[in-house]
Amino acid sequence: MIWELDLFILALVVVCAVVAINIRDLLGAVVIFGVYSFLMCLLWAEMGAVDVAFTEATVGAGVSSVLFIAAIFRTTRRSKD
Amino acid sequence: MKRLQEQARGRDIGDNLIIRTAVRLLVPFIQLFGLYVIVHGHYSPGGGFQGGVILGASFILLALAYDLRTSLRFMSERTNAILGNAGVLIFTGIAVLCALLGGLFLDYSALDRLISLGPIEWRSLGIFLVEVGVGTAVMSIMVSLFWDLGSGGEMDEGL
Repeated sequence: MIWELDLFILALVVVCAVVAINIRDLLGAVVIFGVYSFLMCLLWAEMGAVDVAFTEATVGAGVSSVLFIAAIFRTTRRSKD
Repeated sequence: MKRLQEQARGRDIGDNLIIRTAVRLLVPFIQLFGLYVIVHGHYSPGGGFQGGVILGASFILLALAYDLRTSLRFMSERTNAILGNAGVLIFTGIAVLCALLGGLFLDYSALDRLISLGPIEWRSLGIFLVEVGVGTAVMSIMVSLFWDLGSGGEMDEGL
C-alpha cells in the first residue's frame, strides 16, 4: 500500500464520478462510468483486495457498460436540451 | 446519438472486418480463462461468479461483434435456459444433499458418508462443485440479460 498512489487514484475516481453525473450525453456518461469502474478496480487491487478488484473489472467495467449501452440504444430522446 | 441509433437500425454500425477477426480469435481464450478462474476459485482470486461473468462476456462479445443470430447459433436460448436452471440445481442440490446425509445445509464434510474421501478433501471438492453451479447459472443469466435487453425481447435481431 502506497498512500500517495491511493490518494491520486481516489481523486481521479471522485472526478470521474462528478463528471459522469453532470455530463449531458448519456453515451458519454456510460463511457465515463466505465473509466470510473476501472479506476475503482485499480484502487481495490492496490489496496490488496484482489477478489473485489476482479469482480469490479468484470461486472462493473465489462458487463454493466455493455448493458447500459444496450439500454441506451432502446431509448429515444424527447426533450430538446 | 440519434445518428448512432439510426445507423444501428440500418445495421451498418460495428460491421467491421478487423473487429470480427479479433473477436473470433479472442473468444476461445476468454472462455478458457473463464474456466480457469472457476476451477482455481478456491486457490486464487476469482471463483464461480467472476468466472461465470467472464464466460457470459465472451458470448456477449460474440453477439456485439457479429449479430444476435450468430451468438444464438453457438448457444441457443433453450440450452441457455437449461444451463441456468442446472446451475441453480447443482448449488441447491449439493446443499440439500449435505443436509440429507446428516450434516448442516452446505456442510460439505457430510458428503464423506456418500464416498469416503475424508472430510477435509470433501470440503475442498464441495466448494469446487458448488462454484461450478454458480458459474453456470451466472453465465446463463448474463447472456440472457444481454439478449433480452439488446433485442427488445424479440430475440431475432440485436444491437
